[in-house]
Amino acid sequence: MKSRILFLAPLLVFAVLVGYFAVGLTMDPRKLPNMLQGKPVPEFTLAALLGRDDKGFKNTDLEGEVTLVNVFGSWCVACRVEHPFLMALKENSLVPIHGIDWREEDKSAGPDWLKKFGDPYTLAGDDPKSRAAIAFGVTGAPETFLVDQKGVVRYKHVGPINQNSWDEIIHPLIKKLREGKGS
Amino acid sequence: MSAELGHFTLILALFVAIVQATLPLIGAQRNYAPWIALSKPTAYCQFALVVISFGCLTHLYITSDFSVLNVVQNSHTAKPMLYKISGVWGNHEGSLLLWVQILSLFGAAVALFGANLPPAFRSRVLAVQAMIAIGFYLFILLTSNPFERVEFPPLNGRDLNPLLQDPGLAFHPPMLYLGYVGFSIAFSFAIAALIEGRVDAAWARWVRPWTLAAWMFLTGGIALGSWWAYYELGWGGWWFWDPVENASFMPWLAGTALLHSAVVVEKRETLKGWTVLLAIIAFSMSLLGTFLVRSGVLTSVHAFATDPARGVFILALLIIVIGGSLALFAWRGPQLKSGGLFQPISREGALLFNNLGMTVATAAVLLGTLYPLFLDAIGGSKVSVGAPFFNAVFIPLMIPMVIAMAIGPFLNWKRGDLIPALSRLKLVFMLAIVGGAATWAMEMDGPFMGVIGIALAVWLGASTLTELAGRIHLFRAGPAETLRRLGRVPRATWGMTLGHFGLALAIAGMTGAGSWKVESIQTMKPGEMVNVGGYEFTFNGAEQSKGPNYDIVTGKFTARKDGKVVTEMLAEKRAYRVRSMPTTEAAIHTMISGDLYAVIGDPEGNEGAYVTRLYFNPLVVWMWIGAIVMVLGGAVSVTDVRHRIGVPHRRRSAATTKPAEA
Repeated sequence: MKSRILFLAPLLVFAVLVGYFAVGLTMDPRKLPNMLQGKPVPEFTLAALLGRDDKGFKNTDLEGEVTLVNVFGSWCVACRVEHPFLMALKENSLVPIHGIDWREEDKSAGPDWLKKFGDPYTLAGDDPKSRAAIAFGVTGAPETFLVDQKGVVRYKHVGPINQNSWDEIIHPLIKKLREGKGS
Repeated sequence: MSAELGHFTLILALFVAIVQATLPLIGAQRNYAPWIALSKPTAYCQFALVVISFGCLTHLYITSDFSVLNVVQNSHTAKPMLYKISGVWGNHEGSLLLWVQILSLFGAAVALFGANLPPAFRSRVLAVQAMIAIGFYLFILLTSNPFERVEFPPLNGRDLNPLLQDPGLAFHPPMLYLGYVGFSIAFSFAIAALIEGRVDAAWARWVRPWTLAAWMFLTGGIALGSWWAYYELGWGGWWFWDPVENASFMPWLAGTALLHSAVVVEKRETLKGWTVLLAIIAFSMSLLGTFLVRSGVLTSVHAFATDPARGVFILALLIIVIGGSLALFAWRGPQLKSGGLFQPISREGALLFNNLGMTVATAAVLLGTLYPLFLDAIGGSKVSVGAPFFNAVFIPLMIPMVIAMAIGPFLNWKRGDLIPALSRLKLVFMLAIVGGAATWAMEMDGPFMGVIGIALAVWLGASTLTELAGRIHLFRAGPAETLRRLGRVPRATWGMTLGHFGLALAIAGMTGAGSWKVESIQTMKPGEMVNVGGYEFTFNGAEQSKGPNYDIVTGKFTARKDGKVVTEMLAEKRAYRVRSMPTTEAAIHTMISGDLYAVIGDPEGNEGAYVTRLYFNPLVVWMWIGAIVMVLGGAVSVTDVRHRIGVPHRRRSAATTKPAEA
């Protein structure tokens, strides 16, 4: 009996591998498990983007209110897709959005991009060497983190945010977090 | 015409394969001789049909028939003939055709040389081979047809990727495929044995030459690929833990384990299930290697999205072949009776240790290779675990392996004794210490890994020679007796000696090139001199000229040591006209102590100055020599008469084939 299990083991290992890949290849990338969920934002300090008058962007800036931290790059096509929606959020003052400009090869690439399409960010930092991105565990752009008043990461969204994900996940979460402030 | 004929014969081959996969199998099950006998002619027929099909594609390439899509995408009239031909397999569709060509070649070879196999067993083996072939024919015909026509033929083609226009790479894929596909034979033997529920010493003896042949080609193919990377990519490196390299390395590791465990089955009638499993794994890795590299899945899973038909087909094929064989293994494997108890300190114990190391190494490389793919699949960015991961995992795994590898051949079968074995290695141990110490004295500032590497190389090399010396009673008996014994050393043993010694040489080479490479990148004006690793390189300016389908810049260097000229070197940079892509042809001067390596880059300023990269790669040539010695060892071992024992009266000889007594 024992040996039967032994002979079955390779098949089981293979099945697990296939399962992983089947899930991996078909899975909704937005449901990525988030290591940071429920943990404070990692420490980071980023220089300001060229041409912006803010003093850069660091983790302590995130305390005090519910915010979104959006990882983007001028090289990222999906970010271009997401961008109008972020602009809409800003115009309706729904939630402050901070930006991490990730892996630009050129210092002016990110700012030029924002100049051209509009700047939805309250604060924005330049992260050419992936310092903050690594600390956040960013696997790709765009990625957005929902941070609560205490600077704790509550949700991570992989891929572009759209009306759907805003209505169903992000906005309800923000409301809940804001209500929870008093209690 | 050629395109249609090639397409048609390929379809015919598919139908022949369907016959070959079914009737002989049923015949073997029901013991119906005419159906059993069908396996041989169908195997020949399949081979002949694919030869015609492959010949057609080659003809299309040679005549530059640009009405065929595949030729348009990968060829050009100005291309030299060698690369017109190698262009046939320098692309996805053509390489798959080469794959089935080699698969059918091996099938025909089993039909031809398998006279010592029981007919029923042989027909099962060939049936399994045909099943694999069916999968590939369908894949080619349904998703990757190389014979597709274009509606409006262009005047000229898009040329082959210039990096692939190189003699080393012209022969690299066929060699590698001979290795990959060679494991399909071991796989078919394993599946046939599972169907019959019987694995014995005779089985191990049948499997060994095929596995050895596959292993040889794979070793050669990997070495060729690594050599190509060394001189063509122009970075002085020879192994990058690139997914494509790993894809060929994983079947090699599993195949090496299989070779060793088959010896245990042959001699001791044990480890049977494990050996069958290794045969399955080795071929699974080959399949994975073929597909991951060729389908572009490894560079990005998005290949699935851009061409879902191919991706889904590949995934399905992998699941059917690997999953199916593992399921069969789970079902029938427990019936394989293994004999004998197992002493940890014994030859088989040492071989098992080898197997464990090789398997863990395979798993580690697999993990490192697929991890980025997996991350990519769940929507992440490109992540490469890269060389640091592999070096950190692989090297510590290999150190105990190499240490044990030197001791194993001194242990007896069944019950070995560690103390006498070690006492025979005293001198070797001291040599290794001396070698390490000498290295340390010479290269104080170098990495300590270098010292360990050289000590290991000495340890393995000297122990291999000591084992041979003991076997032939060198210095113990008279010269005549020693010579007589030397002549009697079985070829399989020579195979081990050469294989292990070749690895020792290769370790020395890898250590040298890995630990003490000297690199210098600078802008040089004509007449300027740079000192690299004790050699003075003088830049003598650059000249421009034209090749058949590219423009050349040739940088001339003179290398001197202590004022004396060592060699003149010509480093080329080629710009291919059609794809406007540059390639570097490094100038390499090979010496026993290391390679001088010069690369010419882009011009700087107006004074004839160029960016140059100069390297001294110590001991690197020993890596290739080691690989050649290993391949030679495989070749010698394949020709061992014991593999052909009982050719005319197989049944009787198989019955008398007893496990060796220690």
